[in-house]
Amino acid sequence: MYGKGLRALSISTVAVMALALALVFFYAPLEAEQGFLQKIFYVHVPLAIVALCGFVAGGLFAIQHLRTRDPRWDMRSYVAIHMSLIFGVATLITGSIWAKGSWGHWWVWDEPTLVSFLIVFLLYATYQPLRFAIEDPERQARYASVFAVTAGAFVPLNFIAVRASTAYVHPRVLGATSNLPSQMALTFLVSLLGIALLFTTLCKYELTAKHTRAQLRALRRLADRRAGTAVAVAPARARSAAPSVHATAMTAHTPERPGI
Amino acid sequence: MVAAPLGELPALPLHEAGKYVAAAYIVLFALVLVYVAIMAIRSRRLERDLGELLAHEQATASQESGESQQRESTLV
Repeated sequence: MYGKGLRALSISTVAVMALALALVFFYAPLEAEQGFLQKIFYVHVPLAIVALCGFVAGGLFAIQHLRTRDPRWDMRSYVAIHMSLIFGVATLITGSIWAKGSWGHWWVWDEPTLVSFLIVFLLYATYQPLRFAIEDPERQARYASVFAVTAGAFVPLNFIAVRASTAYVHPRVLGATSNLPSQMALTFLVSLLGIALLFTTLCKYELTAKHTRAQLRALRRLADRRAGTAVAVAPARARSAAPSVHATAMTAHTPERPGI
Repeated sequence: MVAAPLGELPALPLHEAGKYVAAAYIVLFALVLVYVAIMAIRSRRLERDLGELLAHEQATASQESGESQQRESTLV
């Protein structure tokens, strides 16, 4: 189900990422002020944009889950937020490296963009513990969706608030004030596409793996039920922050085989 | 054949900033690599579980067929 088109997506991700790297190092001109150091921009900014968009997407999937009660939307929301957190870690590390090279400090506390991103990241860092704290899968999914919607709404608000603040030290890339030369803009857009494709591919891999695992669990339950050793052979699912949606949904809709 | 066009590419200005740029890109690729490694471990576990399930099913099937053969022979 989720594995459909995964190969084509993986190949296009690798191709676009390779093209982006070639453009970054051999096509985009050196920036006048920062020189070679500015090349970090092509990985740091797309990572930040994709991570923030992933958080918002997680919120949108959560809205769908609350509306339809379909556990697949909860799974999508979970995977989007999980992946955005990983991209968030990469954003913070690459940003720190850039800050060290550019400003001489690993972290600057009076820079609104940095601190606001850290706040968003820390907010979402509580998502998994929240899920883990609730044992009942249905309640876990519902609470997690409410969290994802609230936090997802906070992301653009936070972005606007930072933009409206006066202390502009952090370079602005997108918007009316953007004055990137065309070669740099093209390189940036290809990098952004590459990172977005990477995000999508990894999300798809994660969804496929979770779906396959759930199918296997459901299959094992069926086999155990048939053998009459359900309790002895199939251990109960360990407490987890990850949604257990597909296993439940699958067993609910799997027709009983005659004669079992 | 490949070396000729590569030789014509401009040299990267890897001065003071080189180490920072290299570190930033290595971080991204390291994260992706770690993720792929985790996925590989997961898929190996899946494969193992599938193997166990298959063995379990085969054992059950052979047991069932043995029992039915025994029943038929006692009937005859």
